[in-house]
Amino acid sequence: MAKRIDISGLSAFYGSHKAIEDISMTVEPRSVTAFIGPSGCGKSTFLRTLNRMHEVTPGGRVEGKVMLDDENLYGKDVDPVAVRRTVGMVFQRPNPFPTMSIFDNVAAGLRLNGSYKKNQLNDVVERSLKGANLWNEVKDRLNKPGSGLSGGQQQRLCIARAIAVEPDVLLMDEPCSALDPISTLAIEDLIGELKERFTIVIVTHNMQQAARVSDRTAFFNLAAVGQPGKLIEIDETERIFSNPSVQATEDYISGRFG
Amino acid sequence: MSHVVQDRRPVTTVRVNHLSHARLPRWAQPAIAAGAVAAGIGLGTVAGWQSRTQWGMLAALLFVLASYLITAKVEGKRQARDRVATSIVWVAFVLAVVPLVSLSWVTVSNGLEVLDPYFLSHSMNAVLDAETGGGVYHALLGTIEQVLIATLIAAPVGLLTAVYLVEYGGGRLAKAVTFFVDVMTGIPSIVAGLFVLATWNLILGFGPSGFAGALALAILMMPVVVRSTEEMLKLVPNELREASLALGVPKWRTILKVVIPTAIGGITTGVMLAVARITGETAPVLLLVFGTKLINPNPFEGAQASLPLYVYEQYAVGTDASISRAWAAALVLIAFVMILNLVARGIARWKAPKTGR
Ligand SMILES: Nc1ncnc2c1ncn2[C@@H]1O[C@H](COP(=O)(O)OP(=O)(O)OP(=O)(O)O)[C@@H](O)[C@H]1O
Ligand SMILES: [Mg+2]
Repeated sequence: MAKRIDISGLSAFYGSHKAIEDISMTVEPRSVTAFIGPSGCGKSTFLRTLNRMHEVTPGGRVEGKVMLDDENLYGKDVDPVAVRRTVGMVFQRPNPFPTMSIFDNVAAGLRLNGSYKKNQLNDVVERSLKGANLWNEVKDRLNKPGSGLSGGQQQRLCIARAIAVEPDVLLMDEPCSALDPISTLAIEDLIGELKERFTIVIVTHNMQQAARVSDRTAFFNLAAVGQPGKLIEIDETERIFSNPSVQATEDYISGRFG
Repeated sequence: MSHVVQDRRPVTTVRVNHLSHARLPRWAQPAIAAGAVAAGIGLGTVAGWQSRTQWGMLAALLFVLASYLITAKVEGKRQARDRVATSIVWVAFVLAVVPLVSLSWVTVSNGLEVLDPYFLSHSMNAVLDAETGGGVYHALLGTIEQVLIATLIAAPVGLLTAVYLVEYGGGRLAKAVTFFVDVMTGIPSIVAGLFVLATWNLILGFGPSGFAGALALAILMMPVVVRSTEEMLKLVPNELREASLALGVPKWRTILKVVIPTAIGGITTGVMLAVARITGETAPVLLLVFGTKLINPNPFEGAQASLPLYVYEQYAVGTDASISRAWAAALVLIAFVMILNLVARGIARWKAPKTGR
């Protein structure tokens, strides 16, 4: 079930270094929101605050509110483990578990959480692999190690692993940055299908990709090196790419930056 | 002016020629080595040197020198220096291997004299020192039991300590633990033996037993296990931990199901190396297990024997028969450690993260 995310006044720190400052925005359910901005402006950091992965980094600390429908992720009695089950994540570099087979990789979320019935598992794995557009390529070698796949296949395996636990929100940090155009296209198609069921946030450095897959686009920037990154604007993707309200956004998108 | 420019041209063409140059054939280095050894033996004999060590040193010196001169003549200065480095590495390798090979050779050739199924399956019960016969069964049994108990104690404790240090540590306690582990690594085995003797035997009043020895061995083994496991856990990429956490898996389960399985090959190898290290310990066994000629299968009650202690005792007796037994027992000890190592490698290869299709 897709959920709306309401972020208000969010800042994140690495020790004493403030990486992002005072971000407020709304991420709509059943849609794709793209984050763009120059390197180091805090896109990954911001993304990781949305499923409480930021605090896994030593010294990581967050201020502000993230409402998932009507629950504050940073509320007092919230269990980060439960948050991460609801808000899934796909990383920039494919990271399948090297000790596990393809099947076990997809089943890992359910198995490791201990919340599954034996006969369900086959169905879930098949459904997730089909959902990630990988089923046809691997259905004959489910018991082979996941690290034996190509980079693009591994990334789709990681997507299958993430959707197998049926999260409400799927965060993707530059999921195509290491992939060839064909795998990229496969994943973009996949994102288009997944947004029927999930709320999707995707970080990308590829303007065309943002324009192709996203419904709304958020532009982040930082005033200077060492300064915290900030949200400059968020709007319908069409508007951001045709007629943004801030000059910096237009400069960045058209490559007239810095 | 123009002829000056033309004069410079050829310089660049000469530089291009430098990309290829005369090279020694591949058999040159072995040939130089053979020549050096022959010259070493020849000159040594002519000069009437008794010591083979002197022959060897002369050969090594000639080898390095000849490598340099010949290469410098044919290939050039830089290649010659490169060749000298290579030949020094070879000399060092030979120096390291010579004692190892000679030790194995001496042990095997002496040990095989009395090593047979009878030797492996009988104790020293009612065998007089000067008599031939008797065997090593009681000592082998004792070593296996003591090492097993020590491993059962040290491996889990060491593993958990390493998990704490890598996955949860970072504070002052972790620093202190690391410091004490480092200190423990340097404890002489006799001190560990005395420590157990003072507490277990003198204060708590237990008699000598295989278990007391195993306690001391566990003390010696633990820091080695902690250190090697720590290194292996550090090698597990953080991305795997994050991938698991992002699936909503609790941290302890992530460690148990993702981190440790990924590192299990290396961890097993580390534990096995620690086992190999303590298998040869004599001092604490002498103090705590005491030694016996009889078969005592119970490690918790009464004196036991052990392989290194058996070797020591038989050697100390000094009769021909007992010295043969000492060599055979030493061979059994080496074989035991080697089998353990092979098993560890097998497990490591079997459990290592799989690649390929
Ligand atoms: N583990 C960390 N410890 C300390 N500082 C960090 C850490 N990770 C990121 N930072 C800092 O936080 C800031 C934002 O980094 P972040 O990774 O979020 O940028 P990004 O927008 O994702 O960049 P890119 O597009 O290159 O991925 C940077 O200044 C970076 O140096
Ligand atoms: Mg990033």
